[in-house]
Amino acid sequence: MLGVIRNKSIRHTFSNFRHFSSPAKQMTVRDALNSALDEEMSADPKVGEYQGAYKISKGLLEKYGPERVRDTPITEAGFTGIGVGAAYYGLKPVVEFMTFNFSMQAIDHIINSAAKSNYMSAGQISVPIVFRGPNGAAAGVGAQHSHCYASWYGSCPGLKVLAPYSSEDARGLLKAAIRDPDPVVFLENELLYGESFPVSAEVLDSSFCLPIGKAKIEKEGKDVTITAFSKMVGFALKAAEILEKEGISAEVINLRSIRPLDRSTINASVRKTNRLVTVEEGFPQHGVGAEICTSVIEESFGYLDAPVERIAGADVPMPYAANLERLAVPQVEDIVRAAKRACHRSVPMAAAA
Amino acid sequence: MRFISDISHKRVPCYRVLDDDGELMTHTNHVQVSKEMAVRMYSEMVTLQTMDNIFYEVQRQGRISFYLTSMGEEAINIASAAALSSDDIILPQYREPGVLLWRGFTLQQFAHQCFGNTNDFGKGRQMPIHYGSNKHNYFTVSSPIATQLPQAVGAAYSLKMDGKSACAVTFCGDGATSEGDFHAGMNFAAVMEAPVIFIIRNNGWAISTPVEDQFRSDGIVVKGQAYGIWSIRVDGNDALAVYSAVHTAREIAIKEQRPVLIEALSYRVGHHSTSDDSTKYRPIDEIEYWKMERSPVNRFKRWVERNGWWSEKDELELRSSVRKQLMHAIQVAEKAQKPPLEDLFTDVYDQLSSNLEEQERLLRKDIEKHPKDYPSDVPL
Repeated sequence: MLGVIRNKSIRHTFSNFRHFSSPAKQMTVRDALNSALDEEMSADPKVGEYQGAYKISKGLLEKYGPERVRDTPITEAGFTGIGVGAAYYGLKPVVEFMTFNFSMQAIDHIINSAAKSNYMSAGQISVPIVFRGPNGAAAGVGAQHSHCYASWYGSCPGLKVLAPYSSEDARGLLKAAIRDPDPVVFLENELLYGESFPVSAEVLDSSFCLPIGKAKIEKEGKDVTITAFSKMVGFALKAAEILEKEGISAEVINLRSIRPLDRSTINASVRKTNRLVTVEEGFPQHGVGAEICTSVIEESFGYLDAPVERIAGADVPMPYAANLERLAVPQVEDIVRAAKRACHRSVPMAAAA
Repeated sequence: MRFISDISHKRVPCYRVLDDDGELMTHTNHVQVSKEMAVRMYSEMVTLQTMDNIFYEVQRQGRISFYLTSMGEEAINIASAAALSSDDIILPQYREPGVLLWRGFTLQQFAHQCFGNTNDFGKGRQMPIHYGSNKHNYFTVSSPIATQLPQAVGAAYSLKMDGKSACAVTFCGDGATSEGDFHAGMNFAAVMEAPVIFIIRNNGWAISTPVEDQFRSDGIVVKGQAYGIWSIRVDGNDALAVYSAVHTAREIAIKEQRPVLIEALSYRVGHHSTSDDSTKYRPIDEIEYWKMERSPVNRFKRWVERNGWWSEKDELELRSSVRKQLMHAIQVAEKAQKPPLEDLFTDVYDQLSSNLEEQERLLRKDIEKHPKDYPSDVPL
């Protein structure tokens, strides 16, 4: 399979996944996803996984057998189509895309079939399926492996769209996605797979699950709200640390769910801080930040003390050359500068470099 | 060194049971059909034909927005349905309403769907002819071409996992075989050893594209072998041949847990849909020839009559009764209440999401405030 071979050549760029054995109850995102899949497959014999390129499904084939963990021909429209058909008729498939870029070859099944069938059939055909895999920019993999599809899928009624950041998110949201009766697009990040996060005993419990549609306030603050999802949550937290030293208290919201979007948490935060910076790696036009901005203008316009700042990927297909690639995705410094502008207006409004 | 040529010198033969006059052909095996079954098959073929004629006229009168007939393909519709069990799940394209008719979807239900009223199983969400009924194991018609093929493989895989004695059956036309999903579906079915039957209606025309411009192979039947799938070419206008082929395909699919492909040769006598005028791209003589000389309904009728199972009196009674039922069904469907406002929002998700609840609340408030700005035919 071309997909797997190609994956092997890419994997070294992110493979620092040895953290899982460290003593202080740490867990990598990869292990969080793997354990969530394992537990849900064990709890429900109808759950099955198709494909598998990034070792997220490691060990599951041996444990559950080839009938439930399928390696399939490399045809996105094929394995997505059989997944949707299996979901139509009683199974709960988890379909893995090697990257969400390749979900474009199967998008008709995701949008026209999975997202719309429950509505078009007036509830006669429910589609309990999860489409998961790495989304957005990785490192050094160019335009066709780096696209963020959060706003694409996020714009489509009938779908739920989740984007985990930490191991807690990955476990709780994946379990929620598998248990959910609706089709869920689950956007992971390749560069986070090997990262370790502290996890509580509660998170490790097999009953742990997170609600879909609820954002998490990762860090409380009072001067400016920063919204982010996936890898950008980590960047926003780093920016908040830097801002703290300069006397700016930033509140960082980890969206967790792109659709439904937790408008109430975002608006409550903005009403408190009176300033908003949105961060995403995807393209700016019609992006997640644009939607958040609209929500805040509609519901909390009178509370804003400064124009909303929107940090997004550059409006270009991702270049491969590392120096240009760095310029095309948001950096911690970009967030810091935007937050300062929102708070003091001391940094000029020129486009962030 | 020897290349395999693009086409073999002998075309794949077409399995037939009845000749053009409805006489049993000699030297041909077929699955026996009882008098009761034969009469029912013929009656349903006539019902389908009549329904198509009347709904087509109703569309022409502007009472429904769209319609699409199955004229000329009545045998594929009804004989395949007759050969299957009601446990078998159907993932149709859109020219197979006869399968649903066979399974007991009433003329009234067809009418409700075409008029998109509140009694429609689909709550008026889909354009006419996009029927669907869980009760009848018939998945809601999906417009994009050929997506139902890999989906049928997934549904068949679900049946396989459950060890059920049933198969998935999916339909498409000759045009659909050019879609990527056709090839994905075939390959996955073979690799996953899925109990699925692909019934391909090769009716000569994909809207205005003739088969000569669709592919250069010996039709569709040869594509099955390339994917490692048992395949047969059958005369789609021969109800007994279709019945026998589907009956046998079902046994193979279930007992041997493997896919089967059936290429049913036919002709699309009607326009593609009411959005099409096929006389612009094909001769009227050709249409008339297939409509009269090669009609699958007439051919089957001759066989049933020859057996002494059907009389001219039966014919008159049936046609008049179906016509009356349809006229009544249309009147009822036309007068029935349209879907209420709440159905705009339900079923997007399993549970109404909070933003949809809010949208509904705001919409109701606005209608209350500005009733003149909103249509009056939406029950609140």
